[in-house]
Amino acid sequence: MVDWRWDFVWEILPRLLQATGNTLIAAIAGYGIALVLGLFLALGQRTPYRIVTLIIREVVEFIRSTPLILQIFFIFYVGPQFGIRLSPWMSGMIAIGLHYACYLSEVYRGGIESVPRGQWEAATALNMSTLQKYRRVIIPQAIPSALAGMGNYLVGIFKDTPMLSVIGVAELIHTANAIGSENYRFLEPYTMVGLIFLAISLPTAGLIRAFEGYVRRKLGM
Amino acid sequence: MENMSQYPLEITGDPRPMVSFRKVRKAYGSLVVLDDLDLDVAAGEMVSIIGPSGSGKTTVLRMLMTLETINSGVIYVDGKPLTHMPKNGKLIPANQSHLRERRADIGMCFQHFNLFPHMTALENCMEGPVQVLGMPKAEARDRSEELLELVGMIGKKDQHPSRLSGGQQQRVAIARALAMRPKVMLFDEVTSALDPEVIGEVTNVIRKLVSEHNLTMLMVTHQMGFARDISDRVCFFYGGKIEEQGPPAELFGNPKKERTQKFLSAVKEAI
Repeated sequence: MVDWRWDFVWEILPRLLQATGNTLIAAIAGYGIALVLGLFLALGQRTPYRIVTLIIREVVEFIRSTPLILQIFFIFYVGPQFGIRLSPWMSGMIAIGLHYACYLSEVYRGGIESVPRGQWEAATALNMSTLQKYRRVIIPQAIPSALAGMGNYLVGIFKDTPMLSVIGVAELIHTANAIGSENYRFLEPYTMVGLIFLAISLPTAGLIRAFEGYVRRKLGM
Repeated sequence: MENMSQYPLEITGDPRPMVSFRKVRKAYGSLVVLDDLDLDVAAGEMVSIIGPSGSGKTTVLRMLMTLETINSGVIYVDGKPLTHMPKNGKLIPANQSHLRERRADIGMCFQHFNLFPHMTALENCMEGPVQVLGMPKAEARDRSEELLELVGMIGKKDQHPSRLSGGQQQRVAIARALAMRPKVMLFDEVTSALDPEVIGEVTNVIRKLVSEHNLTMLMVTHQMGFARDISDRVCFFYGGKIEEQGPPAELFGNPKKERTQKFLSAVKEAI
């Protein structure tokens, strides 16, 4: 017989919801960093300067090939040796942002490369500057095909936030652990955490798909 | 190293050619696409370029639009070097800002139209004037609507390209290029991707441009009848060189070179 106690669920729910807020903040802030930084990493790989392209490509490859948790540890525990002292929150968001920026840069790159060469040529024929080409012609067309990937990584970041618990960020898993060890009851907190993740991930994925369709229609594609 | 002093810093004289290729060479590795091309196009002249595929004819237009670099020689537009710029009394390869300045004289229409799919027909036409020329939106809108009227597309100005037929897209593309007020217009096989029944609507627009506007035009085409009708001069390209050129009546009616004769009779058989 499973010993499930509803009164305990109601008791811990406020704490879990507060942790949900923290989780969302970490996910959204990390995603924001990743979105912006990823774009720079993608564009940086398209400059005419071979050396810049090469360095960025190697850094991206390196970060993508090592575990996120190692990067979190590195920033939080090794950073101070180099005089970089960050709170768990800051370390976590920077690590997540940086890690996912590398994945997103590949998504952007794929999106940019999906724009036909004729579009670049038409933009050249209109005498646009490089910046105008990207801003007015290429990126607007790259976004619809990049949106699916961008959405997947939003959900991915959200699901990776529990890794921040290892440096003491009070997100969902960290809180559930705390509740569990205070009360010697793990069933309810962990189950609730699973349900909360599900309740946020599923609608988010649906919303992203709807948004993708909306953007395509809006751009007349 | 090429001796650049053989090329003038500027072509002067009256009348001077609107476009001038001087010993222009283009090769991809060992494949020579254009071999020391010399070609002058006068202001207001309509020149058609014909020839078998692989003869380098499209490359001529693409080099002029600066979509392709050249290996040697110099291209001049309106007397000024396009591919090069003067520095300390010598011509050196053009930098980006020189290209941007000189490219403003040239407009181009492509085989596959290349309209911006995320913009309406009107927005496609306004994009260059507003973003590149810095024209106020109202003025750009007026000019674009005028041009869409000219190409018979004003009724579809708020449609996105995906809602337009090939012929309609190509007419919008012509209006978009004209909106930049180029001195030279390039047409690169603009009817090749079209269904036969809509070719006429595009060629009619080009006919109108020829008869009503004093634009310099270079056109690569497979439509011999059209080239014959509207060109001042026809150039037959073969193996990266101009094999034969002349007024259309002469080149089509009485071709002198054997290769021209062969090409023209092969084309005739295909029709």
